[in-house]
Amino acid sequence: MSEILGLSGVCKSYGAIVVADSLTFSLRQGEALGVIGPNGAGKTTMFNLITGTVAASSGRVQYNGRDVTHDSAAKRCRAGMARSFQVPQPFGHMTVFENAMVAATQGANLKGREAESTCLDVLDQTGLLDKANAVAGKLALLDRKRLELTRALCAKPKLLLLDEIAGGLTEEECHLLVETIKAIHGTGMSIIWIEHVVHALLKVVERLIVIDFGKMIAEGDPASVMESREVKEIYLGIEVDA
Amino acid sequence: MSVVDTHRVFRVTTASRIASVVGLLLLLALAAAPWWMGRADLRLLGEIYLYLSLAMLWNLLAGYAGLVSVGQQAYVGLGGYALFALTIFGGLHPFAAIGLSVVVGALVSIPVAALIFRLRGAYFAIGTWVIAEVFRLGFAQVSALGGGSGISLPVDVVRSLADGRDAREATSYWLTLGCAAAVMAIAYLFLRSRNGLALTAIRDNELAASSLGIDICRSKFVVYVVVGGLTTFVGSLIFLQKLRISPDAAFSVNDWTAYVIFIVVIGGIGSLEGPIIGTVAFFLLRETLADLGSIYLIVLGAIAIAVMLVAPKGLWGLVQDLTGLRLFPLGYRVEPRRAGKE
Ligand SMILES: Nc1ncnc2c1ncn2[C@@H]1O[C@H](COP(=O)(O)OP(=O)(O)OP(=O)(O)O)[C@@H](O)[C@H]1O
Ligand SMILES: [Mg+2]
Repeated sequence: MSEILGLSGVCKSYGAIVVADSLTFSLRQGEALGVIGPNGAGKTTMFNLITGTVAASSGRVQYNGRDVTHDSAAKRCRAGMARSFQVPQPFGHMTVFENAMVAATQGANLKGREAESTCLDVLDQTGLLDKANAVAGKLALLDRKRLELTRALCAKPKLLLLDEIAGGLTEEECHLLVETIKAIHGTGMSIIWIEHVVHALLKVVERLIVIDFGKMIAEGDPASVMESREVKEIYLGIEVDA
Repeated sequence: MSVVDTHRVFRVTTASRIASVVGLLLLLALAAAPWWMGRADLRLLGEIYLYLSLAMLWNLLAGYAGLVSVGQQAYVGLGGYALFALTIFGGLHPFAAIGLSVVVGALVSIPVAALIFRLRGAYFAIGTWVIAEVFRLGFAQVSALGGGSGISLPVDVVRSLADGRDAREATSYWLTLGCAAAVMAIAYLFLRSRNGLALTAIRDNELAASSLGIDICRSKFVVYVVVGGLTTFVGSLIFLQKLRISPDAAFSVNDWTAYVIFIVVIGGIGSLEGPIIGTVAFFLLRETLADLGSIYLIVLGAIAIAVMLVAPKGLWGLVQDLTGLRLFPLGYRVEPRRAGKE
């Protein structure tokens, strides 16, 4: 299968702090990739670099066979990349439905009824339909996270980037979310999912990468990555610190 | 059964239906004003319409596109001078000159945007003000347009508007009413369109907007140029009313920006209703405080600060928080379909 995303030697530093250290990996069309790593490792930064929210200091980002390193975030979205933000970024004075409509009309370039029915379908899928007329700025955190997922899906992406959407969910809610993402993945969508709730992540992804201090330190089949010395060291380290 | 069968999306609400009927009746009544109002009242109304237009435009710029300009007097003055230059030297009829001023304003705003869009935040605001000052100093150098002391609109140009004083006053009044109605219609239709949805998204969150495919710089540029063109249009009408122009009057930061900001801020920035309420409030204050002299400005400032502290979203924000009312149906509402009813 062909490659949808490829990073080669992508670096980013803030002053002396290196937050992305020569990231190199690729994602196959239709693949689901999980990303784990301790707090502050640079996972969200990697999403910023992939989507173009932050410009890379060096290196290249290939998407769908094209070099998009210098494309704006908006252009990359219109080309089929959509993300959810770890810290939700709703359009606060607009309703949930209007938030979704922004994604459908701008990101997916849908018009009129087609945009509206796409939004209704996605809201139904993400469980926000009852709150379609609620003002987004007044939603509680969990619903804000659902809205992040909703908007990303309404942009009709080819590549979906999810940043910690399972934190704080109950057992049942988490199960529903996993089913939703599985269903989305089942339609052939390529997914990269950053998640601290590892058991949820492992139910979906086919491959796992581990990031620490901006560096990719492990990569491969989820079960063996979880068993690797690097991962154990990091997570033991965290336990010792805590 | 899919959601599309169980739910429907509406754009109009009952409140907005009522508002549009009331608005239309009001427009008709106001259009008939020359038959039942005195000359002084007509002039006051004309001034109100022009301020309403300026406020609507500044609100699009600052309230939606986040472009806080304190230099829109550049375009008001440009419009005034365009009217005078095009009629006196171009020999155009005033109507043609007013129409052409839109194009002049839009064309001028393109290089200005290219210059000031490099600046951010407070620097942008200062940049717009500097540009307006450059315009003022520039026009003061043109002796054919009266230099620093100004010029009056020649009598034959004024006469070409209509025969007789009353007909001229009425024509001038209808132009201002038409201007306010057109600016409101444009703002409304634009904000309701998909580009308007993008602009509203930018108003709320630029990071999310750009990540969802919205080209922020392009959107802001388009808004700046359209607002520049229309503000120039309003400016030409302002000086058609005044019949006299000078650089200080044309590029007055107090008259064309400070008052306009006051109107939008107390009315409610980032909504279409806000500038309307703000304009009404401003003129009520002005007419009641007219005897105070220069203290009047201090009172206005104090009111603006008080409103910003008590109701940061302005008077309309207050009303909306209390009632949830929306007069302009810009948004979308999702309602379940009732069984058996299509
Ligand atoms: N704009 C910025 N300026 C300076 N440092 C930054 C900036 N953005 C992020 N950082 C730093 O980069 C590092 C990586 O941050 P990032 O948010 O990518 O981590 P993360 O892996 O997503 O962490 P978490 O699991 O907590 O979400 C952190 O040390 C953070 O403080
Ligand atoms: Mg993060």
